[in-house]
Amino acid sequence: MSPAASERAAPYWLTGPALLVFLGLVLIPLGMTVLLSFYDWGQYKGIVPEFTLKNWREVATDSYFLEIFLRTFRIAILVTLLSIMIGVPEAYILNRMSPGWRSMCLLAVIGPLLVSVVARTLGWALLLGPNGLVNQGLIAIGLIGTPLEFMFTETGVVVALTHVLIPFMILAVWASLQRLDPQIENAASSLGAGFVTIWRRVILPQIVPGILSGSIIVFALAASAFASPAIIGGRRLKVAATLAYDEFLNTLNWPLGAAVAVLLLVALVAIIVGSNRLIERRYAQVFE
Amino acid sequence: MSHLVLEGLGKSYGSAVAVEGIDLSVARGEFISLLGPSGCGKTTTLQMIAGFVPVDRGRILLDGADLAAVPPAKRGLGIVFQSYALFPHMTVAENIAFGLEMRDVPKAERESRTLEVMALVGLKGFADRYPRRMSGGQQQRVALARALVIKPSLLLLDEPLSNLDAKLREEMQGELRQIQRSIGTTTILVTHDQHEAMALSDRIVVMNQGRVEQIGAPDTVYDRPQTSFVANFLGKTNLLAAVADGSGHVAVDGFRIALPGAAAGPISLAVRPERLVLAEAGQGFSARITNRVFQGAHWLLSAESAAGALLLTRANDGRAVPAEGDTVAVSFAPADASLISERPSP
Ligand SMILES: Nc1ncnc2c1ncn2[C@@H]1O[C@H](COP(=O)(O)OP(=O)(O)O)[C@@H](O)[C@H]1O
Ligand SMILES: [Mg+2]
Repeated sequence: MSPAASERAAPYWLTGPALLVFLGLVLIPLGMTVLLSFYDWGQYKGIVPEFTLKNWREVATDSYFLEIFLRTFRIAILVTLLSIMIGVPEAYILNRMSPGWRSMCLLAVIGPLLVSVVARTLGWALLLGPNGLVNQGLIAIGLIGTPLEFMFTETGVVVALTHVLIPFMILAVWASLQRLDPQIENAASSLGAGFVTIWRRVILPQIVPGILSGSIIVFALAASAFASPAIIGGRRLKVAATLAYDEFLNTLNWPLGAAVAVLLLVALVAIIVGSNRLIERRYAQVFE
Repeated sequence: MSHLVLEGLGKSYGSAVAVEGIDLSVARGEFISLLGPSGCGKTTTLQMIAGFVPVDRGRILLDGADLAAVPPAKRGLGIVFQSYALFPHMTVAENIAFGLEMRDVPKAERESRTLEVMALVGLKGFADRYPRRMSGGQQQRVALARALVIKPSLLLLDEPLSNLDAKLREEMQGELRQIQRSIGTTTILVTHDQHEAMALSDRIVVMNQGRVEQIGAPDTVYDRPQTSFVANFLGKTNLLAAVADGSGHVAVDGFRIALPGAAAGPISLAVRPERLVLAEAGQGFSARITNRVFQGAHWLLSAESAAGALLLTRANDGRAVPAEGDTVAVSFAPADASLISERPSP
């Protein structure tokens, strides 16, 4: 091979291994899942490799599935909004801290990611259960008479998921805050802007890319989360991920589970790509 | 009455003193430069005037009123930052109009004033550009326009030209001076560039290690440096070891000149290279030429003498130039020598 040709081939050789891994571990299973969702299934005959739209028809028409999908995305949207509302100010405060304090607080922020999902979620369950710390405290100070329902409620799932996923929002927003000109707030202030105006007119528009990428991560992870909804939501409060799990492992209806999983993926991709487009167009100037 | 007065202004970061004992009185319409090496406290001083850095010691008076309790947003000062700090998500016109919007200026007036100031700084036709799509010089103009459009009582410039290349910097210096003259806004410029300070200012405040070394008109500070720091920081200079007799005369290696004001004893005199002249033998002090460099319009001569190492320039006017190793007589006019007084240590 001539040097020029081998140089041209180099990128392929270099990306080859990663490409193989991607192909083998992501694309092929994904393709097989899609294929599986078109297979037939019966209580006694099991999975039959025959093309049918049965699963898709069931997922699309049965209001049971609709309810679960609506719940999944309602939870994901709430978690994303909460993460923005709490995470953005938190990132701003972090960014203003002295380096020593910042690394300590950063550790506290990333803390949840270092604890296993199951342990962390069980912790929340202990805290939020009918006899948990929160309810006992509220009853002790006389705010409520009977325990509040957190367990097996959407509120509980939203709280637990926000806790786990907020670090992603904080890190993404923090990264975009670091790109701001350190004097930009002083500049706005010298022109007569107060704190709120500086935030609304100068800081927020510039960190939209960070908020967007944080939101995409949080939304995607919240919509496909399994452990937190499974432990806190329980069997009563199914979301798409726990539904697919149940179809696969309890009912053993793999094709239906595959249809649910593929639908979740497609819906996620559609929502993310759509909102990404919308926001990038709206804030075109800060996305260069 | 002075427009701006700094009284014993001081600032410390922990135990490190960043600025100490700045006394300055600025007249209305004056162009003042704070000049000094990096880290000498120029930015800190400017940011205290702007209100971004709290004042630890002393006072700042604007039109006689103490600024201590006035937040930056209410001071009404125009500030150009070294990084420009433009709003990247706003167009040029939006950037410039921001300060007017904050003052609730009606839209029509806002637009006309924005256009006016854009014409003033040479930005006609750039209204809808985004700062990112502009050159450094153009961004610099936007920053200036944004600061000027609010008709600030004081214009503060922190190294506004330091990010521009040499040629553009010179151009902008001329324009900046001309704009400042035409609108008459009292201006304080921070710079570490002595040429910039001398070219632009009515008066220069030379700073070193948080303190003022000397305040004066550019030619005064250049011709009559009061400390060796000033003498060395503003251009090249010769520091000559001399002895004062206490009765109005000073001798440099036996060369006597009348120079009142020096107490008896050893002293230093600062003389600029272009003010040292080659004299007839016996009419100066002797020096041996160690090096000569031709620079076109003049020769640059280095020499050794009993008063110290010398640097002198000699116009390339057709006369013979001493060669390396020659012994020459060097003299200077008493008016060209400045008595260097060392700053009393804090
Ligand atoms: N925020 C700060 N914290 C600690 N020290 C500072 C801070 N800002 C400035 N300094 C110190 O104060 C001194 C003066 O800084 P500065 O005013 O920025 O100098 P200049 O603008 O003349 O280069 C420097 O020694 C600098 O290290
Ligand atoms: Mg500085």
